[in-house]
Amino acid sequence: MLKKKENKKELIMQAALELFASKGFYTTTIPDIAASLKMSVGNMYNYFKSKDILAREIIKYISVYLGQQLREINEQDISTKEKTRKIIEIYFKTASLKPEMIDYFLRIYLSNREVFKDSCEGMLCVNEFVTEIMIYFEEGVKCGDLREQDFFSAFGLFMGYLGGMVFLNGENILPKDLNEYVDDISFNIYKALCSE
Amino acid sequence: MEKKMRILWLSAITCNGNTHSFLNYPHMEQFLDDFEFIYHPVIDSKYSLQEIVSNEIECEVLIIEGAISEEFQRGGVPIFEIIKNYSKRVQKILTVGTCATFGGIFRESDYKDTAGMHFDQDRALHNFSDFLDKTISISGCPIHPEVLVNTLYAIKKSVLLRVDNFLRPKEFYAYTVHNGCTRNEYFEYKVDNHKFGELEGCMFYDHGCQAPFTHGSCNKILWNEVNSKTRAGVPCFGCTEPSFPRDNLFNTKKNMAIPEHLPLGVNKRVYLTLAGITKAFKIDRFQKKILDD
Ligand code: SF4
Ligand code: SF4
Repeated sequence: MLKKKENKKELIMQAALELFASKGFYTTTIPDIAASLKMSVGNMYNYFKSKDILAREIIKYISVYLGQQLREINEQDISTKEKTRKIIEIYFKTASLKPEMIDYFLRIYLSNREVFKDSCEGMLCVNEFVTEIMIYFEEGVKCGDLREQDFFSAFGLFMGYLGGMVFLNGENILPKDLNEYVDDISFNIYKALCSE
Repeated sequence: MEKKMRILWLSAITCNGNTHSFLNYPHMEQFLDDFEFIYHPVIDSKYSLQEIVSNEIECEVLIIEGAISEEFQRGGVPIFEIIKNYSKRVQKILTVGTCATFGGIFRESDYKDTAGMHFDQDRALHNFSDFLDKTISISGCPIHPEVLVNTLYAIKKSVLLRVDNFLRPKEFYAYTVHNGCTRNEYFEYKVDNHKFGELEGCMFYDHGCQAPFTHGSCNKILWNEVNSKTRAGVPCFGCTEPSFPRDNLFNTKKNMAIPEHLPLGVNKRVYLTLAGITKAFKIDRFQKKILDD
């Protein structure tokens, strides 16, 4: 029963993500989402009591999704350089396969902080994702590959660059497919973070 | 009157810090009614060092203070030999202080292969392995006098002391020094705005506090019956551990903001998750001074 409810919640989140991406966050309403799933609005509220709650659940869902993939990379016995490449690869792959996810993270989560104020303080809602990025950095420094520095300066460099590329891609400004930039970007990021 | 238990206090390569700490034991008179030093480097005792090393004088407990090296002698006799002679005769051996136990700061001395009696830091040694069963380690730089005295009373009363892998009595070393620190709430909510002498803030994240992974009773059995380092506002230096002394005692070694040493038994991923959650709390009373309004 619980499992069924979870699956349904996931369906709703996926539908909402797609609508947010095409119509925009503020113009999409709960009735719009319900309609796209052929659900009654009343039933919809059984799953999410408000749009803000839905918005927070979605960001957590994305964080868990990305966090799990990064965890698999972190747990592999490979060099920091290889990990860097794999993380970027996964991030871009997600941006191509599930553009609405990354779009949500960049355009909605990061730009509508007021929605995420309650029970989503700091980086709480993206904890799983941030934890894995921290572990990637920490292990890199520990084995001597990466330079010790303030976490946010490294995090900003990493995420800012990836975010920027996904953004350019979303606006159809990039001349090549996003995946074709993986090598260059991995090289640049690793070069900027490495200890030499 | 019950017979006094006889102790030989032998000093090896040492600064005598444990002796001085022991002299602060608040109930010394009572102690000296129950125990007697056949020899002690500072306290008046029956025999001279020369008599101790050239005869084999009866005693029940051998206390070793200071690190040992084959090159080192006392009264013209190699310390190894003195230890071997007396170890055979006594009921119990106590390595008192981190130098006698793990080598401590005197591992850096010019004497060759300076180490503790059974351990060189966390590596087990075999020179005295015949006596492992009768040794108890009281580590610390210096030892806590209550821990030494209570251990001696336990021996006198034949109370069984369970010991850990480094032979330290669990009654005193199964806890971490973090246990009982008055700053625990600040640790939980990641408030680390510490300055020396300030009552507020935890010292784990920035100021080198090693208490969450240091075994000892400092915050449960207070020093001079009143205080501890961390209560007073100085980070724990981890002086009871084989790794003592580390470098940069007032700094927390971090890798990209993550402390290299985490609280004992805590998995890194779980720690980061918890830290992420607790950091998000902004609790007013932790931002304020405790006494000022
Ligand atoms: S100051 Fe040290 S002992 Fe006290 S709570 Fe913080 S980490 Fe623990
Ligand atoms: S608080 Fe830490 S450094 Fe200080 S005496 Fe206790 S164990 Fe040693």
